[in-house]
Amino acid sequence: MTVRDVIEALDLKIVAGEAYLDRDIGGGYVGDLLSCVMATARPGQVWVTVQAHPNVVAVATLAGVSAVIVTEGKAVDLGTTERADREGIPVLCSHRTSFEVVARLVEIGVRGG
Amino acid sequence: MGTQPAESTSEAEFTKIQELLYELTVGAVMTANVVTLEAEEEMEAAKELMRLHRISGLPVMCAGKLAGVVSVEDVIRWLERGGQRAAVSKWMTRPARTIHRDDPAIQAVTRFGRTRVGRLPVLGDNNDLVGIVTPGDIMGRLLTILDSRMRSEERTLPESRERERSCLQPGATLQLRYPVAVADFERAGSAATGIKRWLGCLGFEPPLVRRVSIAAYEAEMNLAIHTLQGGTVAAVINDDELVIEASDQGPGIEDIEQAMREGFSTAPEWIRALGFGAGMGLNNIQRCADEFFIDSTAGRGTTVRASFLRSASEPDSQGQPAPTLDPSCESDHKGGAG
Repeated sequence: MTVRDVIEALDLKIVAGEAYLDRDIGGGYVGDLLSCVMATARPGQVWVTVQAHPNVVAVATLAGVSAVIVTEGKAVDLGTTERADREGIPVLCSHRTSFEVVARLVEIGVRGG
Repeated sequence: MGTQPAESTSEAEFTKIQELLYELTVGAVMTANVVTLEAEEEMEAAKELMRLHRISGLPVMCAGKLAGVVSVEDVIRWLERGGQRAAVSKWMTRPARTIHRDDPAIQAVTRFGRTRVGRLPVLGDNNDLVGIVTPGDIMGRLLTILDSRMRSEERTLPESRERERSCLQPGATLQLRYPVAVADFERAGSAATGIKRWLGCLGFEPPLVRRVSIAAYEAEMNLAIHTLQGGTVAAVINDDELVIEASDQGPGIEDIEQAMREGFSTAPEWIRALGFGAGMGLNNIQRCADEFFIDSTAGRGTTVRASFLRSASEPDSQGQPAPTLDPSCESDHKGGAG
């Protein structure tokens, strides 16, 4: 499954990293505490969070996730999108809650581990 | 090999921009399709043109030659004095300050700085109007050029990375130092990302890179969140080990034992709302490192050092510790050497 498949299935808005949508997604992680994300998210996963500030991109890069989904319609800073484009991290937006997004991800076959 | 990460300084960028401004001609940065006005037209028409085209000034023409410039300031003066029907020629600024198409762009920049005009009509060889230039035009053109240059540098990066890889000879030591500013959450994380990039270039195993990245990130965030004046994250890499050291000049930790307790945090609420300051930073560093050292004196500052042995075995085949219920999640296989 690629980032693009997830975007279509969940009707997500692409706000950054449009050139990297063919990346594979292997599992998912949800969380807003950046230390947790750093320590637990695995390379290749899709990360679901309500955080939308530029440091999200640093964490995503360091953790090596395939894409970030920002939930609850949170506005993504310009600094975040610029940094994400530079680092090659797709940032996708949903107006749904993290819970709903994760439920939908599980439905289409994305697993935790 | 260089002992500093290859990051351009603002000074170098400044010189590049100056160089560019000397290289580029006004003709290369100007807007060629100029909206103009005839001298006998009315001020009302000038106001409407500015509104429609969202511009702040227009060259005024008389018999095919430039007669002056009418700007928003002129329109305001006209409106303040009653805004009655009047020809543009009565209110325009004349003679207009102009610049030649073949002049270097730096000359336009200097002129914008010295006079307070917001635009300069551009003249060609027979003093014909050929365009108009604003500070915005120059800025936009510079950004486009710098952007395309940076992109082409990026494309050549793999080769230069290959060079870096071959640079770290046996017995050599690589030192990287990154200053970390306090409360700069926009930039925070760039030291850790920089170190990660170097380790990737130098061919380190991904699991080790991951452990080092986590430690460097947490150390960097601690400096950004808790220090008075920021601090430094340094990485020292040699044949046997890799050391991440974060140091600062204060405020220092009153009670190290308490600070090391998972979940204990002195971070203010607004920082926690951003997802930082969960009280896991030091624990994460300790869990990731093969050796962990912390020294702090209240009022003097703190040093945190995490060492990683290059020969150390990794937790599983992928080097990822199995997910556990432990929120910070790096399995404690190394045994915290606190």
